This record gives sequence, C-alpha cells and structure tokens, in this order.
Amino acid sequence: MSSVLVLVETDAGGATEVSRETLTFARDLGHDVHALVIGDGPAGLVDQLGAYGVQVVHHADGDAFTSYAAAAWAAAVVEAAGDATVVTAAGTPRGNEVLAHVACRLGVTMAANVVEAGSSTPLVVSRQVLGGAALEELALADPVAVFSVAGHACDPAEASSTATPVVHPLDVAVSADDLRGRVVRTEPGEPDESGGLKSARVVVGAGRGAGGPDGFGDLLELAELLDGSLGVSRVVTSLGWRPHHEQVGQTGSRVSPDLYVACGISGAIQHWAGMSSSKTILAINNDADAPMVTKAHYAVIGDLHEIVPAINEELRRRA
Amino acid sequence: MANVLVCIKRVPDLGGEISLTADAMGVDDSSLGHTVSPHEDCAVELAIAVAKDTDGQATVLTLGSSDATEQLRNALALGCTAAVLVEADASAYGPADVAGAIADVVRAHEAAGTTYDLVLLGNDASDTGDFQVGIRLSYLLDRPVVGGVSTLSVTGDRVEARGGSPDGGTEIFDVPLPAVLTVMEGGIEPRYPSIPGRMKAKKVQVQEVAPSGSPVGSGRVRLTLPPMQPSQVEVLGEGPEAAAAVVDLFEKLGVLR
Ligand SMILES: Cc1cc2nc3c(=O)[nH]c(=O)nc-3n(C[C@H](O)[C@H](O)[C@H](O)COP(=O)(O)OP(=O)(O)OC[C@H]3O[C@@H](n4cnc5c(N)ncnc54)[C@H](O)[C@@H]3O)c2cc1C
Ligand SMILES: Nc1ncnc2c1ncn2[C@@H]1O[C@H](COP(=O)(O)O)[C@@H](O)[C@H]1O
Repeated sequence: MSSVLVLVETDAGGATEVSRETLTFARDLGHDVHALVIGDGPAGLVDQLGAYGVQVVHHADGDAFTSYAAAAWAAAVVEAAGDATVVTAAGTPRGNEVLAHVACRLGVTMAANVVEAGSSTPLVVSRQVLGGAALEELALADPVAVFSVAGHACDPAEASSTATPVVHPLDVAVSADDLRGRVVRTEPGEPDESGGLKSARVVVGAGRGAGGPDGFGDLLELAELLDGSLGVSRVVTSLGWRPHHEQVGQTGSRVSPDLYVACGISGAIQHWAGMSSSKTILAINNDADAPMVTKAHYAVIGDLHEIVPAINEELRRRA
Repeated sequence: MANVLVCIKRVPDLGGEISLTADAMGVDDSSLGHTVSPHEDCAVELAIAVAKDTDGQATVLTLGSSDATEQLRNALALGCTAAVLVEADASAYGPADVAGAIADVVRAHEAAGTTYDLVLLGNDASDTGDFQVGIRLSYLLDRPVVGGVSTLSVTGDRVEARGGSPDGGTEIFDVPLPAVLTVMEGGIEPRYPSIPGRMKAKKVQVQEVAPSGSPVGSGRVRLTLPPMQPSQVEVLGEGPEAAAAVVDLFEKLGVLR
C-alpha cells in the first residue's frame, strides 16, 4: 500500500498540536502513515505517534541534526519518503521551509497551507491564499504530492485503533552544502513572548483606535482582569506603539481564543486572518459600519477610551 | 562592499472585503490600490541598510506588468539605486517560474560584471503565499539560503542572520556569501520615503527585461471565497452604559476568572 510521510515537529510534550493535526489529516487520505522525527524526540513520542495511527517512525539523528538546517532536514525527508506518494508537514515556518527544500530536491511542486485534499489524478488540493481570506484550488500533477497542512485544517484526533510503530533509523547523507544555512547559536526569547498570546483564552485586541503609545493602559488592564493577553493590529506595531510579537494577523500571530475583544480595529482582512477562528468576537468601535463590527458576534459602539474603563470598573465591582 | 538584489511583488492592497474576477482565477483589483508585502518592505529596508554600510548597491527587482514600476519607484525612493522590471503577467507564473526568471537576471548581471552577494526576498508573497520562491532561487543559483530572517549584518564575506525559533527564541545563522535570505517582518522598522528620495527615484532608469522561455504556471484551478455571511452582530449598546451588558456577556461565555 502506498504511504504518506509526515514530518513531525515536537516540543517537550510530544508531537506539537499542529503536527498532530497533520497526522490526522494524513491518516484521512487513506494511505499508510509514516512519520519522520529529527533529533531526540521527547519520551513517549513513539507511543503517541502509534496512537495517531503511525505505522513506521523514521528517525534521523547524528551530527548533522544537532542544530537546525532546513536543507539537512529536507535530505532526511527525501531519504524517509522512499516511494511515498504524499509528503507533508504542518504549515509552520519550519514545515513550509523544509517542504520547499524537499520540492526543489525532488523537482516537484509544493503547495503551502492546504486545508483539504480533493479529487485524485490529478490531486487537487485547496489551500489558503491571501492570508487565509480565500482558498485556491491547485492541481498537483507530480508522482509525489508535497504540501503542508494549514493550522486548524482539522482537529487532532487519535486513530480508532492504535498501531505499534516500527522505528526505522535513517542513514542520511548530508552534504557540507546542506549545512551552510545552519543554526550556529540560539538565544532564549523573552518569557512569554507571543507564546502567551497564542494560547490565551481571551485576547484583547487593540488597533489604531488606541490613539497612541500611551493609549493601552485600560486595554492591558482589561486583558489582565480577564486573565488574557493583549494582541494588536499592524498599524499599532508599525507606528511603534507596541512590539511586533503582539501583532495578530497575516504577518503576525494567529490566535483562536474563546473570546476576542477587538477595540479600535477596523477589521482589514489581514487582521481578520489572524483572529477569525475566535469562538466569540466582541467589537468595540466608534464606527458602526466598520467590517470588524459587522462581522463580529457582538458590538458596542462608541469611544473605546470611555467604554473599556467602564467595563473594567464593572468587572472590578462584580469580582 | 556587498551588492544586494531585493525582490518584491506588486499585490492588491485589500481592505475589509475581497471580490474575485469573473473567471475566479484572480482577485478583482480594478478598484484597489497596490502594495507589497510587509515582509518585502522589511527586505527593502535591509537591502538599503546593507548597501549603505558596505558601500555597495541595492537593486530592486520585480516580475510583473509595467504597472509594477510603481512599486519599483517606491523602493528607489527609499534608497535602492537601480531597478529591474521583468515584464510579464505574474499570474501566469508559478513560484518555480518566478525563481527561474530571477535566477536569469542574477546570471545575466553577473555576466555583465555585477555580482549580487545577497539576494533578499520576502518569506511569502501576500497574495499567493507559496513560501518558496527564495528557496527555489537558492537551488537554481547553488547558494545557501536561510528563511524567515528578521535582522542581518554583513561582515566581510559572511552574513549573520537572525530569525525567530519555534520556541519563541532567536536562531542565529552565519552564512558565507553569496547567499539568499528570505525576510520576515518584525525585526526592523522600514523607513518612509522622503520628498528628495521621491525626486531622485523619478530619474532612475528602470531596466526592463523580457523573461526567457514560457512559464509552466502554478497549477491554479480557481479561487474560492468563503460564503458571505449576512451580518449577525448583536449590538450590546452605545458608550460606557453598555458596560454591564458586556460583563453579562463575559459571564455567559464563562470567561470571568
Ligand atoms: C500584505 C499585508 C499584510 C498585513 N498583515 C497584517 C497583520 O498581520 N495584522 C494586521 O493587523 N494588519 C495587517 N495588515 C494591515 C491591514 O491591512 C490594516 O492596515 C490594519 O489591520 C489596520 O489596523 P487598524 O484596524 O488598527 O487601523 P484602522 O484600519 O485605521 O482602523 C482603526 C479603527 O479604529 C476605530 N476607532 C478609531 N478611534 C476609535 C476610538 N476612540 N474608539 C473606538 N474605535 C475607534 C475606527 O473606526 C477604525 O475602525 C497587512 C497589510 C498587508 C497589505
Ligand atoms: N512576481 C514576483 N516578482 C518579484 N519577486 C517575487 C515575485 N513573486 C514572488 N516574489 C518574491 O518571492 C517571495 C516569496 O514568494 P512566494 O514563494 O510566492 O510566497 C516574495 O515575498 C517576493 O519577495
């Protein structure tokens, strides 16, 4: 039976959530699922992959993989792919980057951020374009289809029957050229940089309506009262009012909190791309016709500098 | 001295809504302004900074229709000193075609005596979002490539590039020149054009070249938009008087701690 290879990204807890989504997506294609793990995986990873229906875990390890080099990772993917008919990874910066290298090495097309695989021969996939505001149907006519799977294209779900994967150590030939673009050093991030934002249950979004670098006090307080994080629009970061790691949207973070409170944000599609999967959206805006207001579930019309302090006051009163 | 080539793409400046052309093969941009991706704005800024620091030249390139001269002029106004228009219908070009056309220009300029120590591109174009032209270019030119770079500095014949890592930290790369880097927004503040810059830009002759060969295309079948939802917004009120209703909503949603 033909197989699909999934490049799995890991963190301390095992396969990352987007990688588990990709495994689920891959399983639904109806082929055998193989996974590739690079470097030391966390404890319990093989069992976890088995629970997702992975039959073979290819493992690349050794000097070439002690620090990240996209081309070396791609060499491992090509080695692990064998005669797989689909090669995939999560549509993360790393997933997209490695798959682009893989496509160059195999001389095939690469489709980024696929949300659905449709009819076969040729395989037609739907992928996010324009930051997710539109979908493109794209024909992949190559013998091996290389594509990344967009975040939240499906929910991660374990397989109905658990497999006991065979672990297959790979012997990857990595050339010196493949290591030219290699990480030579890393520096830790500020604690909580965007990490908190991406996983927050409540995000208070702030846009140009904040008015200036000093206009965020009440918004930060609201975020704190709701145990949430502040997210901002690109206007806010490009004016230097807040740091870029707080930016939500096509060129910032994608968030999907239970509640997004969009304050003084017009709702341009590039911002919408980053928060449209929020469960509930509340817009606070002085323009009742702003796209953010018409697309939101709830809205309050008026000056955020009057409304937000009143909400904070009410929250404190009821606490 | 480091010469830098920076590649930008003219794209529609979308607002709150999108509409497609009748054949659904593209975005109807007839009533829209145009721009480039924020990643490319940053790439242009970095190209100009490297050229200044090393007494080299920053050349801007686009593949597109003659309308894309507008985006080239903007980059010239910021401080690029030369511009190349590969005149073609960008929508007929897939990412491999674009990379091939850029590689042709790099080789042709090299044959004419100008080498590019660095080629900068955006990490992903804001319309097609293929995430690959820079990487494909690196394979065609047999040069090292680093993706998702937010800042860089050139020293001698090496470039140190920094970008975000999956765990929220920073990854540092140290790459021999010539190299290809793809840039991601976030590390630097792109400058705004000055009036003298705009005047100077008008005088620069844009080199127009015809692409060699015909493109393979991207494989696009069509575009689709999510179904338009009629607005279902529930307005909780106007002004600060709505605060109680908002907190009631928070309670209902179970987001109060
Ligand atoms: C390729 C590309 C990528 C982009 N990526 C991103 C991205 O990742 N993230 C992003 O956010 N943007 C992005 N943008 C920019 C985007 O197009 C918009 O320009 C931006 O989102 C607008 O920010 P804003 O809503 O804060 O500002 P504006 O559009 O100016 O809206 C301000 C809103 O605040 C309201 N307002 C003003 N004062 C008040 C007040 N006192 N009280 C209440 N409401 C008030 C106004 O009515 C208006 O609706 C991108 C653009 C491009 C071209
Ligand atoms: N038509 C084009 N002309 C010049 N550069 C382009 C063109 N298309 C893509 N690029 C460059 O390649 C980058 C990545 O594009 P993509 O791989 O299509 O997402 C963009 O950010 C641009 O820097």
